[in-house]
Amino acid sequence: MDILNGLVTFLNFVFVPGLAYGAQLALGALGVTLVYAILRFSNFAHGDTMAFGTMATILVTWAMQSAGISFGVLPTALLALPFGIAATALFVLATDRVVYRFYRHQKAAPTIMVIVSLGVMFVMNGLTRFIIGVGEQNFSDGGRFLITAGEFKTATGLAEGLAVKTTQALTVVVAVIVVALLFWFLQKTRTGKSMRAFSDNEDLALLSGINPDRVVAVTWVLAAALATIAGVLYGLDKSFKPFTYFQLLLPIFAAAIVGGLGSPIGAIAGGFVIAFSEVTVTYAWKKVVTYLVPDSMAPDTLLQLMSTDYKFAVSFSILILVLLFMPTGLFKGKSV
Amino acid sequence: MKLKAPGARNAALFAAVAVLFIGTGMYQSWNSSLGILNMALISAIMALGLNLQWGFAGLFNTGVMGFVALGGLAAVLTSSTPLPQSWQAGGPRIALALVLGAATIALAVAIYQRLAAGRGRTLALLAVLVGGFMLYRYVLDPAVTAVEAVNAAAYGNIGGLGLPILLAWPVGGLLAACAAWAIGKTALGLRSDYLAIATLGIAEIIVAVLKNEDWLARGVKNVISLPRPVPYEVDLQKSAGFLTWAQNWGFDPVTASSLVVKLAYAGLFGAVLLAVIWLSQTALNSPWGRMMRAIRDNEVSAAAMGKNVTLRHLQVFILGSAVIGMAGAMMTTLDGQLTPGTYQPLRFTFLIWVMVIVGGSGSNWGSVLGGFLIWWLWVMVEPIGLLALQGITAGMADGSWLKVHLINSAAHMRLLTMGVILLLVLRFSPRGLIPEK
Repeated sequence: MDILNGLVTFLNFVFVPGLAYGAQLALGALGVTLVYAILRFSNFAHGDTMAFGTMATILVTWAMQSAGISFGVLPTALLALPFGIAATALFVLATDRVVYRFYRHQKAAPTIMVIVSLGVMFVMNGLTRFIIGVGEQNFSDGGRFLITAGEFKTATGLAEGLAVKTTQALTVVVAVIVVALLFWFLQKTRTGKSMRAFSDNEDLALLSGINPDRVVAVTWVLAAALATIAGVLYGLDKSFKPFTYFQLLLPIFAAAIVGGLGSPIGAIAGGFVIAFSEVTVTYAWKKVVTYLVPDSMAPDTLLQLMSTDYKFAVSFSILILVLLFMPTGLFKGKSV
Repeated sequence: MKLKAPGARNAALFAAVAVLFIGTGMYQSWNSSLGILNMALISAIMALGLNLQWGFAGLFNTGVMGFVALGGLAAVLTSSTPLPQSWQAGGPRIALALVLGAATIALAVAIYQRLAAGRGRTLALLAVLVGGFMLYRYVLDPAVTAVEAVNAAAYGNIGGLGLPILLAWPVGGLLAACAAWAIGKTALGLRSDYLAIATLGIAEIIVAVLKNEDWLARGVKNVISLPRPVPYEVDLQKSAGFLTWAQNWGFDPVTASSLVVKLAYAGLFGAVLLAVIWLSQTALNSPWGRMMRAIRDNEVSAAAMGKNVTLRHLQVFILGSAVIGMAGAMMTTLDGQLTPGTYQPLRFTFLIWVMVIVGGSGSNWGSVLGGFLIWWLWVMVEPIGLLALQGITAGMADGSWLKVHLINSAAHMRLLTMGVILLLVLRFSPRGLIPEK
């Protein structure tokens, strides 16, 4: 029995990766939930908005790198992020002007809006592939590890190491800052309050003189910013590939719905629920359990509930369970 | 039979699409034109299946890919070579495990429905699910290892039944229908966009199973050389009768053989397409079709009229999925192999959606037209885009990175084009090319 080593193994392989992944999902789900709360449709183009924003950031990062600009131990992409956000926000606002606005003024059914967002998804996906290609891009630079497994072992004398990648720490820190700013904005500023009023009761908000075009524009800018940040953090942590980002749509939707579509707090909770479920169900627990139980009881199988290829199945099963037994999600979301 | 003659405008639309295919044949090659036509026929059947669900009943199914893949699996299980040795190694035990898994779920559902809510029920459910899962893995895992060990390089799967591949088409429909029943039972009560997300997820799971369960259909190692319903080109080229026939007509035997094979496929697919159109048109114009549209347009009032909305939704979901599954089996037949790695939602789900929307939701002829037109575009956008980009970049210096990049990216024009077409149709002709009456 070696509880300490078991705990470190758990932290290293389950908790830290799950925390970073959860923060990325939470940021993605926040974007989906905001669009749903204000514009009242599920935006299928969100995964590709993430890809587009990440691509824009990568291009600026490359330009900075070739100009010799760097950010010390932090990735250069962090410096490029504001430019990526600006480009994505402009693109998304243009999409709204050219595509979505027409249907909004028509008061089209949410289903029609979803199909329209499928069209936007195709266009953004095509553009991203057209500009940067379908291949995998690694754009992370700066320090690789906050603490490596080897350093941890020498420092503590334990048999197991705990490695924390810079990108993982960065993900969590950035996510906390972004979420704090977002909630401050929604709770304290005049625009944020008008957004919440608009989300609660559109007619009443319009009667009290809230400018709907402004609310919609701010929502799109926020969604673009959240999508770009989530995409860049995911790309730094793993790598960037347009198709993977399209597939992220599923866990992100799962996170937003599990938390309660339209509820920002819910989106964050949902992100972590989905991330930790995916990681715990697909992790092979053999090593951790071997440390925790007496030697005679050590398992001889991998103790892996499902292979990692089924991680989508995990987020999806949770999604179905929540939809069947708790249709409005963990935190009361809204339903159109 | 009530195949209402499409009006003059619709006939003109079909003629225009025919011109596209004939033009491809004359200016490119008849071989590639027929190749596109065969996939277009299959796509039209998929679009008809989706139109049943979305056009007739308003069900937002984004899981088309999953049913297509199940059809492909049916083709493998029905027609690939039987492997008695592999089957004996673990087949019955795998079957037992699957039965145990299904029984666990059935028992859990029964407990949930029969027992009163409370801690007792939760504990019983947990015990059944956890115990059932462990039992399932205990029975399944050794059998899988045993099957995958038999002749792993060439097979490593349980093999098929060795039946004629034409039989796989209805089997594909049946397999997809069974899956649709299970999915419909759980997910059809959901709101439209939740249903879309749920079906999108289910399709991903089905493809993940096909990719990873090597004992079933070899996973990404692919099952190749499925039997064909039509003769092989090489056999034709060896047959004396065919050679004299080709000579009499002045054809080159190699080209002629491949054209004849493609035409034979087109005949088979065309026959199925006609049958599906006839059935869909009959259904649309029957009291059943009117009831489905009434439910689609106003669920509440249809329910008030005594229509069982849930049951009807389940019915039409199963029917549409069966049509898609059959088309999936036909596609695997045409390819001659099952390649789970190539199933992608953009190609197999959302492209079919573009076909239905562009053709006209709720209109069977529209779906067929959309299937032909969009599939032709999907294939031809790449060469056309390459030509266009070569035109645009003609003035640039050879070897400039922008020129190289633009020309290399021509392949990605298709997604962009499909998106633009979808958005344009939704905006300026939301009821599609052939609107529903």
